[in-house]
Amino acid sequence: MSILINKKSKVIVQGITGRDGAFHTAKMKSYGTIIAGGVSPGKAGMKVEGVPVFNTVRDAVENTGADTTVIFVPAPFAGDAILEASYAGVGLVVCITEGIPVQDMIRVTNIIKRNGTRLIGANCPGLITPDECLAGIMPGNIFKKGGTGLISRSGTLTYEVVNLLTESGLGQSTCIGIGGDPVSGLYFTELLEMFENDPETDSIVLIGEIGGDSEEQAAQFIRTCITKPVVAFIAGQTAPQGKRMGHAGAIISSGSGTAIEKIRAFKEAGVPVAGEPAGIAGILKSGNNK
Amino acid sequence: MKIYEYQATELFKKYGIPVTEGILCRSVEEVEEKIPDDSKPRVIKAQVHAGGRGKAGGIKIVSGKAAAVEAAGQILGMNIKGFVVNKILITEAVEIEKEYYAGMINDRNTRSVILMVSIEGGVDIEEVAAATPAKIFKTVIDPAVGLMDWQARSAALKLVSDPKLLRQATGIFLALYRLFMETDSTLAEINPMVLTSGKKIVAVDGKMNFDDNALYRQPGILAMRETMEDEAVEIAAEEKGLSYIKLSGTIGCMVNGAGLAMATMDMIKLYGGEPANFLDIGGSSNPQKVVDAMDILISDKNVKAVLINIFGGITRCDDVAAGLVTALKKIQSGIPVVIRLSGTNAEEGLQIIRDHGLEPVTSMSEAAKMAIELSKKS
Repeated sequence: MSILINKKSKVIVQGITGRDGAFHTAKMKSYGTIIAGGVSPGKAGMKVEGVPVFNTVRDAVENTGADTTVIFVPAPFAGDAILEASYAGVGLVVCITEGIPVQDMIRVTNIIKRNGTRLIGANCPGLITPDECLAGIMPGNIFKKGGTGLISRSGTLTYEVVNLLTESGLGQSTCIGIGGDPVSGLYFTELLEMFENDPETDSIVLIGEIGGDSEEQAAQFIRTCITKPVVAFIAGQTAPQGKRMGHAGAIISSGSGTAIEKIRAFKEAGVPVAGEPAGIAGILKSGNNK
Repeated sequence: MKIYEYQATELFKKYGIPVTEGILCRSVEEVEEKIPDDSKPRVIKAQVHAGGRGKAGGIKIVSGKAAAVEAAGQILGMNIKGFVVNKILITEAVEIEKEYYAGMINDRNTRSVILMVSIEGGVDIEEVAAATPAKIFKTVIDPAVGLMDWQARSAALKLVSDPKLLRQATGIFLALYRLFMETDSTLAEINPMVLTSGKKIVAVDGKMNFDDNALYRQPGILAMRETMEDEAVEIAAEEKGLSYIKLSGTIGCMVNGAGLAMATMDMIKLYGGEPANFLDIGGSSNPQKVVDAMDILISDKNVKAVLINIFGGITRCDDVAAGLVTALKKIQSGIPVVIRLSGTNAEEGLQIIRDHGLEPVTSMSEAAKMAIELSKKS
């Protein structure tokens, strides 16, 4: 089972002829992902890593039956790339691109909702179902198949946590990096619900960051709707107020969205919060969680 | 990106939002030169990117030229929350009957722009929001149609009922929305939005922030950027592809990835140390980036030890290690450096560091503890 992607997922890559697109197409392919095609306007007929290139997403979908796309298109054009995929009927859109203007994302997320498209990101490392499918830029070698579902707003911090989980023998069902932008596709709550309904997932790790109130909402949702054990970790306890810490979303302002408030929200919902990444596996194994 | 009040006021004016007319001055001489010799009441306002400037003495109401010159002398050069005042805005003083609040922001949860208005303006709006949330009226704007007239009117009705004032307030909200959208703003605030004794609604203070990711298509906004002294290092870092924020601790941090960088800072604190900075070198293993990052770290005289924390994902640890060695050879600072490498090709990376005569560590907790220990000795 797993969520969102599995060994049957047919993936296309938008921006496949670019440097990052080509590089990660090779990585995804060697991980075992079915890369059915790529999109690059005006370059139909070409092949990248043995994958056929199409001019439009619609052409790629009609010719390959793709159900998932991974976007590496530069920021000024990425919003449009998401819309193109949505109107071509692609069910799952994963946008890796960093630096998309917020107004573009507001427009795009509202439109694709009407089409029933699911979006992961932007500004994210994508997602992986270990041993089955990698749709993104995560380093496949650190993952191990298992029962822990993981949702994170971060990139390398996610890898850090996954590596520690794998080292302590805890494999993963699906790991998703939802991205650090202020407005993006799926948030914690939607993904928590999918993990709750996935028979292969037996526990959930949630990695949050300062800024916004997605973690507070997730805590509220876990209290009422999630029966599986959840462990949380929040980065940014030492971050100063009003400063942008690399991720556009990780800004503390208006006295809300601080690490302390998020940690309190989880504790009130009965979710243990690890003091450091190395503590997560221990809490999961002790069974001392919600 | 942030702009000053006087710049926000200029944008308001351009979009037809009534403002109090003002004159910007950078010195007392300029005030002497530009202010007419009369007895009119005026407001002298420090131009700084810090809230609560009124309480800090950065706003003075005076009558006549001589008093304006004197007040300008007091405010210019003043330090408000770490910001030195080198510009003041001198505006006409209006007779205030009532103060309101109007603001616009991008909202993550509704994935839309939100208009917020309140009959409690002029004060700290965050306190109003926390103590009496019912006094803040929110309008969620559908991105497909934008702010509709009836929505702007409904918001205006929360503040005024007189038909003439209702039209004025509605017009201001519609104009503010147009300004917000056309400039890729992330925050636009009129606080206070004032009802004068002459029955006019005027923006007396304005604040605007803009989306850094959209500056490529906002040349007019980008031209308004004024680099502040305290941000000079941060902007220089940005130009080199590094994300740096200075803090006040003693342990310099160099990390790949923003989330991991924050977690590293937290861990230093957890084990009893204080991070000197946030520094994200991104995904590249380019040695020049590591050299640049080291230069920035050791330019901070508070730094007593450096902690380099790299998790190799797509970036391989051996590439990063080679970059680190090149960088470290160039830098003879005498400041102890702790290197932690983990992830893809970690073994090869660790060997490269060892060959350079340094003893790397593999766990993040261990690295943090070691850096704290070394910072106390040096």
